[in-house]
Amino acid sequence: MKAWHFSENAYPYLPPADQYDSIRVSLPNRIYDPEKGAALYDRFLDEWLIAEDEGMEIMLNEHHQTATCVDPAAPLVLAALARLSKKARLLILGNPIANRRQPVRVAEEMAMVDVLSRGRLEAGFVRGVPYEVLPANSNPVRMNEREWEALDLIVKAWTTHDGPFSHEGRFFHYRAVNIWPRCYQQPHPPIWISTTSPSGAAHVGARGFVQATFLTGFDGTRAIYDAYRRGWREAGRGEDVPAHRLAYAAMVYTAPNEADARAGAEKLLWYITSNKVPPHFANPPGYVPVQGNVAMLRGAEHPLSAFRKSASVEGAIEAGIMFAGTPDQVHRQMKKLYDHVGGFGHLLIMGQARVPGARRDGAGHPDVRQGAVPEAQGRIPRYDDHRAGLGPSAKRGRAVRAACREGEQRRVINPLPPRYAR
Amino acid sequence: MPRSVIAIAGVELELFEQGEGPPILFLHNGGGFFPEQPFVSLLSARHRLIAPSHPGFGRSSLPDWIDSADDIAYVHLELMDRLGLAQADIVGCSIGGWIAAELATKSPERVRRLVLVGPEGVKIGPPDKLDIPDIYAMPGDELERISYHDPDIMQIDPSRLTDEELAIIVRNRETTALLVWEPYMHNPKLRHRLHRVTAPTLFLRGESDGLVSDAYLAGYARLLPNARVTTIKAAGHAPHVEQPDVFVRTVLAFLETGAVS
Repeated sequence: MKAWHFSENAYPYLPPADQYDSIRVSLPNRIYDPEKGAALYDRFLDEWLIAEDEGMEIMLNEHHQTATCVDPAAPLVLAALARLSKKARLLILGNPIANRRQPVRVAEEMAMVDVLSRGRLEAGFVRGVPYEVLPANSNPVRMNEREWEALDLIVKAWTTHDGPFSHEGRFFHYRAVNIWPRCYQQPHPPIWISTTSPSGAAHVGARGFVQATFLTGFDGTRAIYDAYRRGWREAGRGEDVPAHRLAYAAMVYTAPNEADARAGAEKLLWYITSNKVPPHFANPPGYVPVQGNVAMLRGAEHPLSAFRKSASVEGAIEAGIMFAGTPDQVHRQMKKLYDHVGGFGHLLIMGQARVPGARRDGAGHPDVRQGAVPEAQGRIPRYDDHRAGLGPSAKRGRAVRAACREGEQRRVINPLPPRYAR
Repeated sequence: MPRSVIAIAGVELELFEQGEGPPILFLHNGGGFFPEQPFVSLLSARHRLIAPSHPGFGRSSLPDWIDSADDIAYVHLELMDRLGLAQADIVGCSIGGWIAAELATKSPERVRRLVLVGPEGVKIGPPDKLDIPDIYAMPGDELERISYHDPDIMQIDPSRLTDEELAIIVRNRETTALLVWEPYMHNPKLRHRLHRVTAPTLFLRGESDGLVSDAYLAGYARLLPNARVTTIKAAGHAPHVEQPDVFVRTVLAFLETGAVS
């Protein structure tokens, strides 16, 4: 299994949540201090590189008009990482292509990063979260249709090498598409698609792309993976669905003892509890299918929204959206989910929330230095041992795990540069 | 109220008809058409009331090609052809008014008199200020507050509605978003076409309407050769619902005599 360090570049220096209506869309940017923001970019970039040193892969995403993710142009950060990193795979998950007006520009950006990184790009695409149809002024109706037309056009732009082609589609129009550079990987970088519901997963499976899902827990994830496998098989791709076509994003925190793990896990909950967004931003008309909205009018609630009201480490672990504890505990939690959903090949470790959490409650940077990233890495290969044999990263992971057990993490974990120390 | 379905340009168009007399084509607002609302029987007492559900509203289908008020105006023009209406009075509310205005610019001769009730559709003010408050950037209770004179009596209770009725409400909201999202609540071309409208036109505004302002309607009316504006008290953006008696009296006086109260 591959482990990915996922950071959202959150901006943690916020007023108390009761002083604003929404952390997204409408939070005034006068709150944002560019000096602090520059230091945060340095820090998050360095954390990705630490993760790379620990044998992890790198994942980033894109959001707009929000303090939760100050990465509104993810390809820019990706370009920086392409030069700063040396070996890690670089996953952007993803480009919000239902909201991007120029799919060919997206194809160019991704091809450029692929060349810059000498073929380390994993190109992810998303529809775009509901809160961002306003920042993008993007119609929330027919987003799926736009996403798929854009994706097909991007793939065609990547794979056409004999001069311009035209595209006169339903949503996008081009007369001469002929991108430079072409991709480094041939025929094109691996494609990832994210979803939090089964409805689109069958289609993703039919196309054979990597299916990622975020915080969907035991049954939600199984439903998505089952739909993916069904789509894969019905498209004639064979009975065996490779585990590396499936990815799961969870909050992960391991520590040598339960008390430290608990303290770290509490900070991770920031990812859930900070997402204060009013319904009119979270559910624009057309984003959720009609029947889903009918259910909501009858009182149904999104599982994550319901969880947010009484977020707890225990509840998160029970729901399968967090793995937290000692290495053995984390291993057991992961195995339980892994077996329940039928396996997956990528663990996307949501590490970003713990950083602002650390800052907000004053615990400070030591948490970052010994945080979830390398410790979790120590666990993943061990789990992989059972499934796929030992690879180089597994050996390294065992060393980290051993160090964890001996309470000697700092011997194997790169300290952050001195400028981050308080 | 008799309901039928008529196929036009890929749309299965739901159509309500009631009453006899000179025809009135009623074009509903983003909330949809509900024949049980009191204004319907009042308006059809001595007129033939023809009320289609716009594509994507009510039980009308929504083909892929439709995404604007302009598109829907063509569907309703075709509906007039099918019904053999060489000319009709048209009453349109909110986005129904926008659709009516689009229709009247395309075939002015088909419209005898035109009533636009709190219509959107044009851009009047400066670029850095929305003419119509952003209904997608405000809490639901705030939207109700600015939409109605008395929001309390306009509440819906989902527990009293069937799944199909709720689905229609949800779908009406969805199609409204499709039509008005961008450019927000207007067609930049429309203001340059409104000079073609020949029908005497009445703009109606609920006095408590927080969506469509006095200044907006005054500016809108100036774009038509022969238009006046009047207001209805104790009503918001849907005066036909909040003040059905006054609404129908005002509309019929204008349609039948050209008088404006």
